[in-house]
Amino acid sequence: MMDSLILRTATRLLLSLMLLFSFFILLRGHNEPGGGFIGGLIAASAFALHSIAYGPAALRQVLGFDPKTIVGGGMLCAIAAGLWSAFPGDAFLTGQWLHWGEGDAAFHVGTPLLFDIGVFLVVIGAVLTIVLSLEEEDV
Amino acid sequence: MLSAILGIFAWALVAPIVAGRSPKLGGWILAIVPAALTVWFAGFLPEIAAGGVVREVVPWIPGLDVNLSFYLDGLSLTFALMVCGIGTLIVIYCGGYLHGDPMLPRFFLYILAFMASMLGVVLADNVISLIVFWELTSVTSFLLIGYLHDSPKSRRSALQALLVTSLGGLVMMAGLILLGIVGGSFELSELAGQSDLLREHPFYLAILILILVGTFTKSAQFPFHFWLPNAMDAPTPVSAYLHSATMVKAGVYLMARLSPTLGGTEVWIYTLVGFGAFTSLLGAILAVRQTDLKRVLAYTTITALGQLTMLIGIGSVYAVETFAVYLLAHACYKGALFMGVGAIDHETGTREVGQLGGLLRLMPVTAAAVGLAAMSNAGLPPFLGFLGKEFMYSSTVGMAGSGMAGEGMPVLGWIATLAMLVSNALMLVTAGLVFVKPFLGPKVETPKHAHEAPVSLWLGPVVLSVTGLALGVFYGVLERLFVVPVAASLAGEAVEVHIYLWGGFTTPLGLSVVTVALGVALYVGWPRVKAVLDRIARALRYDSDSGWDRILKGLVSVAWWQTRVIQSGYLRHYVMFTIVFTTVAIGATMVIHRAFTMPYVSVLEAPYTAWVLALTVIAATSAAVVAKSRLVAILSLGVVGVVIALIFLLYGAPDVAITQFMVETLVVIIVALVLARLPRLTAFHRPNRRSAVRDAVISIAFGAVVTAVMLSVIDLPIPLDLSEYFATRSYTEGFGRNVVNVILVDFRAVDTLGEILVVAAAGLGAFALLKARPRRGPPETPLPETERTGGRQ
Repeated sequence: MMDSLILRTATRLLLSLMLLFSFFILLRGHNEPGGGFIGGLIAASAFALHSIAYGPAALRQVLGFDPKTIVGGGMLCAIAAGLWSAFPGDAFLTGQWLHWGEGDAAFHVGTPLLFDIGVFLVVIGAVLTIVLSLEEEDV
Repeated sequence: MLSAILGIFAWALVAPIVAGRSPKLGGWILAIVPAALTVWFAGFLPEIAAGGVVREVVPWIPGLDVNLSFYLDGLSLTFALMVCGIGTLIVIYCGGYLHGDPMLPRFFLYILAFMASMLGVVLADNVISLIVFWELTSVTSFLLIGYLHDSPKSRRSALQALLVTSLGGLVMMAGLILLGIVGGSFELSELAGQSDLLREHPFYLAILILILVGTFTKSAQFPFHFWLPNAMDAPTPVSAYLHSATMVKAGVYLMARLSPTLGGTEVWIYTLVGFGAFTSLLGAILAVRQTDLKRVLAYTTITALGQLTMLIGIGSVYAVETFAVYLLAHACYKGALFMGVGAIDHETGTREVGQLGGLLRLMPVTAAAVGLAAMSNAGLPPFLGFLGKEFMYSSTVGMAGSGMAGEGMPVLGWIATLAMLVSNALMLVTAGLVFVKPFLGPKVETPKHAHEAPVSLWLGPVVLSVTGLALGVFYGVLERLFVVPVAASLAGEAVEVHIYLWGGFTTPLGLSVVTVALGVALYVGWPRVKAVLDRIARALRYDSDSGWDRILKGLVSVAWWQTRVIQSGYLRHYVMFTIVFTTVAIGATMVIHRAFTMPYVSVLEAPYTAWVLALTVIAATSAAVVAKSRLVAILSLGVVGVVIALIFLLYGAPDVAITQFMVETLVVIIVALVLARLPRLTAFHRPNRRSAVRDAVISIAFGAVVTAVMLSVIDLPIPLDLSEYFATRSYTEGFGRNVVNVILVDFRAVDTLGEILVVAAAGLGAFALLKARPRRGPPETPLPETERTGGRQ
């Protein structure tokens, strides 16, 4: 934890901006550079910054979940996205899609998004598990 | 057939509940399913006897030719009937024998799971599913043999059986896969049609040796025979089942199954007849030295397995006929004898020959059953065992003749005959030890006051010994239902066989008379015979079991030694070993295969951006090498990372570049957290000329190898069709314009799933290292010593 007023004030703003950006990256990943992995890394950096500014205990409060639970939730999302395809009888992880609109205005949403969210969560959870373990270790 | 196997597995899961709810009738209730299956399989007898076969295929991993396919012919039906039929009796017997044992519910789970695995082995047609079931029998028998897990001796025996049989199984797996590749099919029934191709293939010998190692370990052939008597530490019902119908017969079964595919060559005949004859003789000699009834029976099992192996090896009409008869004979009498001995043990409290006698009047039913079984074991007419022995002599003597495979080898034939004569005579001695000593003769005071065993304990022996007698008397039924179909399976074609009790004054009959005379003589002089054998054993001082101990001890010390060397506890050593190994492995491969190629590279044509980036990397790396503080070193490496990200960006991989940037950022955060907790660099870093030179050499070699690999890789033409495939399909099929992401989450999502699993494991691993380690002092868990064993001979 760094006792710096500037860092703390900046972090308050940066955390929400970076998280927003990470969601943006996550969601646009299917069409533009980005995706769950990068989004997850950005979000993890944001949380790590928070933990440097305010300390690990504060981060735990912000997260609301233990990072290991986030890892588990992410794995669950990814596997659920894979098992979803069992309903129509396709192979594991075959994408299932819903479509709206035509041509350029078309909007598609499908299980790969759920899978990407899983990746996103696993990355956040794993990085924060490491960061928090290191920070909370008594010297 | 799949449903039969899965049914028993399911039943095994239910078993603990049933046995827990009704401790008294548990065995009887649980026997229902095996009994029903016995009846179900028996229903196939007419069809199979008429020459039919039943095949059932359930695709499992069709892309790899792995199917859950099952094949029912004479051989597998006979085995299935033994597994289920004797299994039924054993389950009932367990309920009585282990009555009141708190672990009985778990025991039923084990034994039923074992039964299902064994059924899988004998029915499987697909090589891969056969291996799966085969290893399952090893694992479940490990649980059964180690049932009394409080006793170190039990645990050792279980481990020994597991290691020997499952290592053999692994060797066999290599052989079977090779067999499948050479034969062009993974179905055993189809491979049988490829026998000519297989026998002339250059891999034939390799296939044969690999498979035989597996079958020999399972069926306790010399030199792997030592685990079987030790497996006697299991409760008696387990021994009875493993020895009469299952586990140890799996190896014999597979050899028989493969005899039309691989058999009939000279190496097959010499190996099987040689090892089989020697094993049977060894087993018989070791058996008469024992005084513990269970051990006597254990060694005679080795004898029987040797004789069966020998018969498969000979492969003549007589031999395959004998195999069928003897297989059933042995299953019946061995099952009955084991259960009988268990009953004796249960009622008197001892299994020592010397402490038993005159039980006939106290335990008349058990005595009758054991008596009948012992007479079959001794090979007396009109029992099944007599038929087995008669035909065995016919086939060994017949080797002097000519005709089918295995004939026209008179020398081997006479050696085999002699071995069989002696081992059969010794079998007669052991039959006497098991029946005459405990039941006849003078009454001896036993530790417990003996009285007749309950129904559950004598039902099995009675049924099996009566079956042994009935099949011997009504040999027409035996011939039609079992011998003809089994012989056909072994010969790979329909064969004409004829069973008879009285064939006139023939050589085999003469040999039988000699056997009985010799056996009786040896029995009368048993104490003296045993003394002589003991003296010989002491003089030889050879014992496979202690050899096993030595091998295991050697293995452990090698493991210790290499652990000490490689796992020094210093991270820098681990990194060093990893890098050295990678360098040597890749470098040596490149040199051996002359894989290095030099692409056309012109540094002068490179754009100035490339120059700038390259020089920055060199400068940053040099700074890292000479850095005096960790922070400087880490920051310099960070520069390298950022430059690499720039390279990605420059050459059109923005996704990878962003990832690289983010990873660099996080590395800085994590390293900053670590740095605060590390001792100062100078405390460890004493610049030592020797280690500096060593590290420089390793680094330069590693860098050179990586560069060589890179150059060779870019010299290869890039397969453009793959990127084109993804580029054209990513929007039409994955509905995304970012090809990289579509590949990650759609086309190759399974890879990504694996990767996030690694990420998750890394996170949890770091957590375990940092948080879950012991707080104070060095770890004090003692390293496992190999278990010392007592009480072996």
